[in-house]
Amino acid sequence: MPTRLRKAALPYLLLLPGLGWLLLFFAIPLCYMAVESLKTGTIDTGFRLTWEFSNYTNALKNYDKQFIRSFEYAGLATLFSFLIGYPLAYVIAFRGGRYRNALLLLVIVPFFVTYLIRTLSWETILSDSGIVVNTLQTLGIVSSDGRLLDTTVSVVAGITYNFLPFMILPVYASLERVDKRMLEAGYDLYGRRRDVFLRVTLPLSMPGVVAGTLLTFIPAAGDFINAELLGTPRQFMIGNVIQSRYLEVADYPTAAALSFLLMAFMLILVLIWARIAGTEALLGTEGERK
Amino acid sequence: MTLRRRGLDWLLNAYAGLALVYLLVPIAVIVVFSFNNPRGRFNFIWQEFSLDAWKHPFAVQGVGDALKTSLEVAALSTVGATILGTLTALALVRYEFKGRAPVNLFIFIPLATPEVVLGAALLSQFLNLGTPSLGFATILIAHIMFNLSFVVITVRSRLIGFDRSLEEAAQDLGATPWETFRLVTLPLIMPGVVAAALLAFALSIDDFVITNFNSGSTITFPLFIWGAARVAIPPQIYVIATMIFLFTVAVMIITVWQQRRAEKMAAVRPDEPGPAFAERATA
Repeated sequence: MPTRLRKAALPYLLLLPGLGWLLLFFAIPLCYMAVESLKTGTIDTGFRLTWEFSNYTNALKNYDKQFIRSFEYAGLATLFSFLIGYPLAYVIAFRGGRYRNALLLLVIVPFFVTYLIRTLSWETILSDSGIVVNTLQTLGIVSSDGRLLDTTVSVVAGITYNFLPFMILPVYASLERVDKRMLEAGYDLYGRRRDVFLRVTLPLSMPGVVAGTLLTFIPAAGDFINAELLGTPRQFMIGNVIQSRYLEVADYPTAAALSFLLMAFMLILVLIWARIAGTEALLGTEGERK
Repeated sequence: MTLRRRGLDWLLNAYAGLALVYLLVPIAVIVVFSFNNPRGRFNFIWQEFSLDAWKHPFAVQGVGDALKTSLEVAALSTVGATILGTLTALALVRYEFKGRAPVNLFIFIPLATPEVVLGAALLSQFLNLGTPSLGFATILIAHIMFNLSFVVITVRSRLIGFDRSLEEAAQDLGATPWETFRLVTLPLIMPGVVAAALLAFALSIDDFVITNFNSGSTITFPLFIWGAARVAIPPQIYVIATMIFLFTVAVMIITVWQQRRAEKMAAVRPDEPGPAFAERATA
């Protein structure tokens, strides 16, 4: 093979195995699921492709509550993650000094414990007659027969907890990159702290905030573990429905249609964010050879 | 004014401290409750200190096998995803070719897809094809799939800050492309590759959702916990979680320490006295 041709083929050869894998086990499965979502039948009689587009409208009609709840919980969890995570990232980035790396390690410590066990830990913490419930009952914030487990509060708290580091890390990364001289310039021009923060620091950290909200919101909206372990069917989200339709009821067409609806909502959201933030920040391709 | 400012500073620090506490309390609870001697089937209420669970961590039936399966899947999928992902990242950063932008987008989409959807789609395919039958192989396929994008992104970020003149120097000195890759490129991007591998291993051993869809009757550690969570939660589960936790922390600290040492050694080398040198000297 002539050298020039080999050189031109090299990137494609390098891409082949990785892209092939994603094509075979990500892209093509989506096509199978698309076909599945248009079938009718039951597990006993078998499923036949009948181009049943009403699967989608029915899924939306029957599970609109769970859809809305998913976005509500995910939105709340993202908001709380921002409110808890941004100040923490700020303090680590600007005041951490030589303890910065140690503090960052503490932020990712929860990831070292299995997801399900972290959630079980919340079940322990919030359980009836646990310390938290007892204290709140003594203070009169929760009525004497009130509980925290199996409520919206416990589910949102669990989701917030499980995805909080996904907010903190990108926010920290963008705050750390802020040129400190910009802040000094702000103060030199007699900017008050609040003004410097709102007009310099916050805008400069926006790429991190955008990445953080996506990294928190997407897994949160698809989550079903927190609702299952910390909630009741009244807190069930769309993920609960998809997994039970697929694995318990074996109603594949409905589950497939719900999966596509969820994915469509997510992609729309990502595209809106991409418009606001710019695709380069989102895909992480800044600084590549153009 | 300064008093108010100092007060605000203190408040912000205290708030950040509370946020850290929020992050760490559930982990502490797991460690503490691994020493509990619970009455009943659920390990939710503190009774008394006990070392029983630590003495016999694998006394619960099936938990040892589940952990073994998890470790095997994690090791194999880490190797697979790291190799495939590193090659992909190399192609994406080092070469200009037609279709790079859509490939970048394609790599990103799995990350923006909820796990339930990834798991459900793969199951649709396996059910329709009827092969391979659900079990170890399908779990492995799924884990390599969801780890790939993470590896690509981690290695790519390392490659972007890469000094290409080092490779050109090697080639000028007569190294073949393969020698250049093995002796120059690979050692330089190794920290990125190691970071990607660690991430892949952690994601794999932790995954429940996608595995749950594609496992058939094979049980991994997270699947075991899920099954147990409805019937009984013995303290042994907390013990094993604590062991995994300590192991991960150890690996993490060793990696960070070694990278520090490598960086220090690199810093001793006679560098060009450019701006980079001045920056390092003042840091």
